[in-house]
Amino acid sequence: MSVADMSTPNRSATYRGLVQKKRLLLGAFVVLLLLSLLLDLALGPASYSLGDVMHALFRPDSAALQTRVVLWEIRLPVALMALAVGAALSLAGAQMQTILNNPLASPFTLGISAAASFGAALGLAFGLKLFPAAAEYMVPLNAFLMAMLSAMLIHVLSLRRGVSAETIVLLGIALVFTFNALLALAQYFASEQAVAAVVFWTMGSLTKATWPKLGVVCLVILVTLPVFARRAWALTALRLGDDKAASFGVNVRRLRFQTLILVSLLAAFPVAFVGSIGFVGLVGPHIARMLIGEDQRFFLPASMLAGALMLSASSVVSKTLIPGAIFPIGVVTSLIGMPFFISLILGSKKNAW
Amino acid sequence: MVTLRLENLGASYGRHEVISGITTPVFLGGEVVAVIGPNAAGKSTLFKRIAGLIDGPGRVLLEGSSKGRDGICYMPQDISANARLTVYESVLLARKQQTPSWAVHDTDLARIDDILAALGIDALAFRNLGELSGGQRQLVSIAQTLARDPEVLLMDEPTSALDLHRQMQVLGFMRQLAREQGMIVFIAIHDLNQALRFADQALVIAGGSGQGSGPCEEVITVDMLRAVYKIDARIERCSQGAGHVIVDGVVQETAMLQR
Repeated sequence: MSVADMSTPNRSATYRGLVQKKRLLLGAFVVLLLLSLLLDLALGPASYSLGDVMHALFRPDSAALQTRVVLWEIRLPVALMALAVGAALSLAGAQMQTILNNPLASPFTLGISAAASFGAALGLAFGLKLFPAAAEYMVPLNAFLMAMLSAMLIHVLSLRRGVSAETIVLLGIALVFTFNALLALAQYFASEQAVAAVVFWTMGSLTKATWPKLGVVCLVILVTLPVFARRAWALTALRLGDDKAASFGVNVRRLRFQTLILVSLLAAFPVAFVGSIGFVGLVGPHIARMLIGEDQRFFLPASMLAGALMLSASSVVSKTLIPGAIFPIGVVTSLIGMPFFISLILGSKKNAW
Repeated sequence: MVTLRLENLGASYGRHEVISGITTPVFLGGEVVAVIGPNAAGKSTLFKRIAGLIDGPGRVLLEGSSKGRDGICYMPQDISANARLTVYESVLLARKQQTPSWAVHDTDLARIDDILAALGIDALAFRNLGELSGGQRQLVSIAQTLARDPEVLLMDEPTSALDLHRQMQVLGFMRQLAREQGMIVFIAIHDLNQALRFADQALVIAGGSGQGSGPCEEVITVDMLRAVYKIDARIERCSQGAGHVIVDGVVQETAMLQR
């Protein structure tokens, strides 16, 4: 006996079609991303044509020395850093939202960015080294250590019995307020010059990017991504609720813990290098979710691409708003991303959460 | 044939013991077992313990299984998920849990087509989970559990959100599935008349321990109803021959009388 009364059309063909559509969507993202990258490279105090950019990129030996130096030494690390940081923060936000089952979770809202800012301020305002290192790396290292400290604090608290995902989010918000207060305190005691440096740092800026820093961020992505990819089915199952995921054989506590650690790494490094660009971590995953759904096989790459595209496009806009001036990217990302994000939320007929 | 027997089974959360000393006769493949008892009796905990999701003393003796522990599938009560996943994706997800591979094979999809059609929810296949009603969610949850090809199925109140028509369909379907595929289907259920109609065996849990098990008609008795549920009832036969519980009233407890 079949419970169905109606004829049974073939749903698997429809499913295959939808998967194909998702692949095309990812492809479109990649194309947009490459376009944005080229624009980002072409724009700046010295403007180049797209042809010049391509030439200098693919046949650097025959390009003009000045063009080559500007592109390879200055613009390329910055433009690629935008992609890497955008991808890393968005991926971090996506997995935080997944494991905490909360649409508000992001490196920003869980206090990781705020902690990093405080760590950076300690270095910028007082020259305080949390770890002995070269002066050049003092600020990012401070930021990183504080970010990891706040992440560890959340881990330790979340290990206590009876601590739910909601509690973790509340703890994160408490950390945000704590570190913001400490940051204000540091600014209160700092010199005027140091305050200016701290304020600029907290706005987030890609101009601090160098090839080695870019390498570190890429390395972090390369280390964490395969782990997420391997657990794609289990991570998706988490969104069906803890009980359901556990009934599927997922070790929920362990998966949540592992993911939180990897996410802390993903969030801490970019924030340490380029300052707090928090908005991407919150919005990138939401855009990906609305466009492609939460099957992690597509949600993972889509989140990274959405984040990378957001930052890259913001970098382009930050250079074109007023010719000659480069606005802080964190500010531009939020100002441009916000209206877009609000229209996406209000325009979406289906509830995301 | 798959057989399952529980021996002195117990489980606790921290220091709080929820179930203890549950022993049953052998349940056979093809049988439907109604697990009945008052609220908070420990039915869900028993299911989780059998499925190996929580630890505890005692043994779950499974024989004749080709999948071992993986063949024991628990279907939890929670159906509140609002993820941006389609029904089809969520059922596929359940099936793919055992493998890290991203590849989806035609055999997987064919199985999901069959399950959705059998439960009558194939029209919902590409709706998002968040758009479904409570009853539809319950059917999707059943589909997810079936997608894992269980040998022993532990269903925690699978019909609580379904209308009478759907209850009859789903319970009938589960019984048919048990018979055809040699599955043992445990169903935690509050409706004793549905238990009498669809189940072969009954297992009574109250206060965390077993209060009898065996053929439904021998277990669901006037004495049991009085002792476990604190109600006065008769059990009569309907014209179709099925047993039927007719409730006469609540047993007045001495504490209440004194007050």
